[in-house]
Amino acid sequence: MLPSPERADAEPLLRVEGLTVHFPVGRSGFWGRQKQVLHAVDGVSFDIKRGETLGLVGESGSGKSTTGRAILRKVPITAGRIVFGGQDITHVQGEDLRQLRRHMQLVFQDPFGSLNPRMRVLDIVSEPLIVHGLEPDIEACSDRVLELLEIVGLPKDAAVRYPHSFSGGQRQRIVIARALALRPDLIIADEPVSALDVSIQAQIVNLLADLQDEFGLTYLFIAHDLSVVRHLSDRIAVMYSGKLVELSDRDAIYDRPTHPYTEALLSAVPIPDPILQRERRRVPLTGEIPNPISPPPGCRFHTRCPIVEDRCRSEEPPLEDKGAGNVAACWFR
Amino acid sequence: MPDTPNGVPLLSVDDLAVSFFTRRGVVQAVRGASFSLDRGQTLGLVGESGSGKSVTSRAVTGLIDLPGRIVGGDIRWKGKSLLGKEGQAYSDRIRGKEIAIIFQDPMTSLNPLMKVGDQIGEVLSHHLGMSRSAAEKRAVELLDLVGISFPRQRVTQYPYEFSGGMNQRVAIAMALASEPELLIADEPTTALDVTIQAQILELVQQLQADLGLAVLLITHDLGVVAGLCQRLAVMYAGRIVETGKAEEIYGDPGHPYAWGLIGSTPRLDVVVPKLVSIAGAPPDLINPPPGCAYAPRCELAVEMCVQVSPELIEHLPNRKVACHRAFDIRTVGAPVAGAG
Repeated sequence: MLPSPERADAEPLLRVEGLTVHFPVGRSGFWGRQKQVLHAVDGVSFDIKRGETLGLVGESGSGKSTTGRAILRKVPITAGRIVFGGQDITHVQGEDLRQLRRHMQLVFQDPFGSLNPRMRVLDIVSEPLIVHGLEPDIEACSDRVLELLEIVGLPKDAAVRYPHSFSGGQRQRIVIARALALRPDLIIADEPVSALDVSIQAQIVNLLADLQDEFGLTYLFIAHDLSVVRHLSDRIAVMYSGKLVELSDRDAIYDRPTHPYTEALLSAVPIPDPILQRERRRVPLTGEIPNPISPPPGCRFHTRCPIVEDRCRSEEPPLEDKGAGNVAACWFR
Repeated sequence: MPDTPNGVPLLSVDDLAVSFFTRRGVVQAVRGASFSLDRGQTLGLVGESGSGKSVTSRAVTGLIDLPGRIVGGDIRWKGKSLLGKEGQAYSDRIRGKEIAIIFQDPMTSLNPLMKVGDQIGEVLSHHLGMSRSAAEKRAVELLDLVGISFPRQRVTQYPYEFSGGMNQRVAIAMALASEPELLIADEPTTALDVTIQAQILELVQQLQADLGLAVLLITHDLGVVAGLCQRLAVMYAGRIVETGKAEEIYGDPGHPYAWGLIGSTPRLDVVVPKLVSIAGAPPDLINPPPGCAYAPRCELAVEMCVQVSPELIEHLPNRKVACHRAFDIRTVGAPVAGAG
C-alpha cells in the first residue's frame, strides 16, 4: 500500500486512484488484427470522506455510471486502484467480495426494474439480511424489516404487499430500505430520483439527507440533474468522455466553474425563475461528445472548447488545485 | 394567413373533459380544463405525471384514441369547434398543417425507414401541394433553419444516422414544414442531455420569435418553462389550478400546489436547507374526491375544501386560481428564499 501523509488519521472511506475501465467492442483493421476498446472511464481519481456526499455528474456517455459500477466491482477494472476503508479492493474475489458488498449498496434509477414483482416487500427487504446471515431468527428479521420500513416512511402494512401496489416514490423507498438493511457505510445512488415526479423527488431527496444525518452514511450520488446534485452534495465531480474534468467544493463549482466544460454545462441548466432565466446567457457548445472508441489526444474537451489552444490538442492537462476550493483539469484556467 | 376575427383567440379550450373507459373503471383524466392562446403567445402547461397535461394537448390535436373519449367541453380553433362531426373534418384539415406537434421521443414522429428529406417532403407535398423538386429544396432550407449543418448531405440520411438531439431538430423541421400557427411541444427535451436541451429550447424560442408562432409547451420541468413561456397554466389531477404570467406565478403562487411544486424543485442558484416536500400522492382519477383534489395533501385545507370543488376564478388581474384559500399560502412564506 502506498504510504501517504494523510493516511493515518484522515483515511477517506473510499479512494479511487487512476480508475480505468475499457470495454472490448470488437476488432478492426486487416483480418481484425486490431482490438477495439471503448474507453468508458480513463484514469479517474477521487476520494470520499466518511459522512460526505460526492456528487458525480456528467452527460450520457460520460462514464459516471460505469465509475459507480466499477467501485462496486460490477465491471472488470482495466487499471487503477480502489481502496475502501483502508483496504485495496481492486482484485478482491469470492467470499471476500461478497462480504465487501455488505458495506456498499446501490440504489438504481428505475424503482420498477429493481424490485422483484413476485416478492412481498417483507421478503425483498429481508433478503439481504438472510443472504448475509445477519438475522437468523425469523422474528427478529421481520422486526428489523418493519423498523426499516418505518425509517424510510412506509406504512406498516407495506410489508405484506407486492411492489405493484406502490407508486414510483414508494418503490424507491422500498429500494432504500433494502439498501439500508445491511447498515452499509457507502451508498452508491445512480440517478435515484430521475424517474420521479418533482414533488415525489423532493420527498426522496429529503429522505436521503435525513438518513445521512441519522446514520452517518456516505453517498456517491450519480446524477445528470445538476440542481439536485447541488442540493445534496458536499463536493461535485464532473465527468466528460471518461475523464474527470473538475472536482470542486459544492459552492465553489457553482459560483466559479473552472473547467470550460463545467461552465458550459452549468449555463445550460434552466433556473426555475422566469426573470432570471430570461437574462441568463448560455456558453454555447458546438459539436458532439467524442467517440469513446477513439477519443482525441490531449484534453478530451479540446474538440469543443471555446478557449482551446495548441497545447490542449497534444498534452493532457492534470487535475490540479486552482485555489478557493476548485480542482480542475485545464491548462488555461 | 387566414384572418381571425377580432377578440377571438387562436385556440380556446373550454371546460374540456376527457375520460378513458378502462376495465378498471372510467379514468377522468381531464375534468374541466379551460385556457386560451393568442397568436404568437407562449403558454406553458405544467404538471406532474397523471395531471392530464398531455391528454389535453392530444385532445387539441385530435389524437385521443379509444378507450379515451372527449366527454365534455369544447375546443375552438379560430373560433370554430374542432369537436363533433363537422369539427372532426375541420380538425383533420388543420392537424399537422395549422397545428403541429412534437413529442418527447422524436422517433414518435419519424419513420426509421425513410430518408429525413423525404419525410419533410411528404409534409410539404401533402399540406402545401409542393412539387417533388420544390419540396426537396425546401427540406434542405428547413434543416438549415433548425441548425443542422451540411443540410444538403443530411437530407439523404436516415434517422438512425442522427443523434437524439439532431432527430428532435428534424422533428421540429418537419413540424414547421407546413408553416403552422401553433406548435405544441409535449416534453420536447425530457429525453435529452442538458446541453442539448438548452440548444433545442433556444431553437424553439428563436423560431417562435422569428415566425410569430404560438407555442403550447407541455412539461413537468419548471426550469424549462421559465425561459420560454410568457404564461403558465398549472394542472393537477385533471384540472387547471392556476393560470397567469410566468413571473407572477413563480414569485407569488396563489395555489398551494403551485407553491409546493415551486418549492420542491431544487435550484441551481439557490440552496435551501430543505426542499418543500408535498406529502402523499395525487388522487386516483377513477374516483376523484368530490372537493378539491389537492385537499388531502394541502396544508391549508379546511372543511369546505374537502366538500366543494373550487372554481378557477380571477383573483388578481389576469391571475386565475382554483382554491378556496387562494393566496393564503403567502402566510407560509415564499416557496424559495430569495425568489420573487
